[in-house]
Amino acid sequence: MSRFRVALHIVPRRGLLDPQGKAVADALHTLGFKSVGDVHVGRHLVLDVDAKSASDAEKDVRAMCQRLLANPVTEDFEIAGVTAA
Amino acid sequence: MKFGIVTFPGSNCDHDAYHAVVDVLGESAVYLWHKDHDLAGADVIILPGGFSYGDYLRPGAIARFSPIMTEVVAHARRGGPVLGICNGFQIACEAGLLPGALLRNDTLKFVSAPVRLTVINADTMFTNRYEAGQVITMPVAHGDGRYTADDATLDRLEGNGQVVLKYAGNPGEPAGTSPNGAMRSIAGIISAEGNVMGLMPHPERALDAALGSTDGLGMFESMLARVAA
Repeated sequence: MSRFRVALHIVPRRGLLDPQGKAVADALHTLGFKSVGDVHVGRHLVLDVDAKSASDAEKDVRAMCQRLLANPVTEDFEIAGVTAA
Repeated sequence: MKFGIVTFPGSNCDHDAYHAVVDVLGESAVYLWHKDHDLAGADVIILPGGFSYGDYLRPGAIARFSPIMTEVVAHARRGGPVLGICNGFQIACEAGLLPGALLRNDTLKFVSAPVRLTVINADTMFTNRYEAGQVITMPVAHGDGRYTADDATLDRLEGNGQVVLKYAGNPGEPAGTSPNGAMRSIAGIISAEGNVMGLMPHPERALDAALGSTDGLGMFESMLARVAA
């Protein structure tokens, strides 16, 4: 059993109104960053997980996302990285 | 009739609900702590408003895993009445008792104001003392009240009469204007079986003319009429 550090992103599902992302995009445009299109504001989580392998750790975290960390109705998640902790 | 009012860490409308049931209706009520494992014989469960677990992760996301929720879900699956108000609505959605989710208000502002609501379905356990089409007023107080679901779910809810309350818009606003950007102006829904209702407005704070509205009384009287019958 080893300890792995799993990083993940949870973002609002594309197509749903994201007022926070829109407010940030508007502010960036105001600052002159005209290159910015859509912005989506989500959450970044870092979990330390004990598992036999990196793939097991990722599998565990996916289950956690499905049960608690992400709302299946409104959010999508992606594993950003799995490293030795 | 005995009401069970669940107190989660961060609930702040549990006393309002208790006041409504005991002092206004003259019925009995018991507080249920979130770590309890039984419903103490309650006939109706109220999931009250507030900020359970500080709204960490998402409103209601952590509360739904409180020990008491296992019993609340079992009660609902047996057909027992559950009323989720504000944060209680968010918890009921997270627990899968109701479809959809409540997202951050489109204005990004916390809104605390009386709102006008249209009763869409007056043939439910929670609204039978109103008339379909009736416009009532109740306060809202929330930052995450934008009801959201996919189109198929919204169509199903509307087709089944599960959309119970819609925002009517306040004077000077276009009809159907919501305080939060809710899809199809939805303010309150009911489960397919009809025994679980969730709504963002606060009926328990609309029971006294001195506080601006008594329109919430009909919701409690509806439950008394239907559940006691």
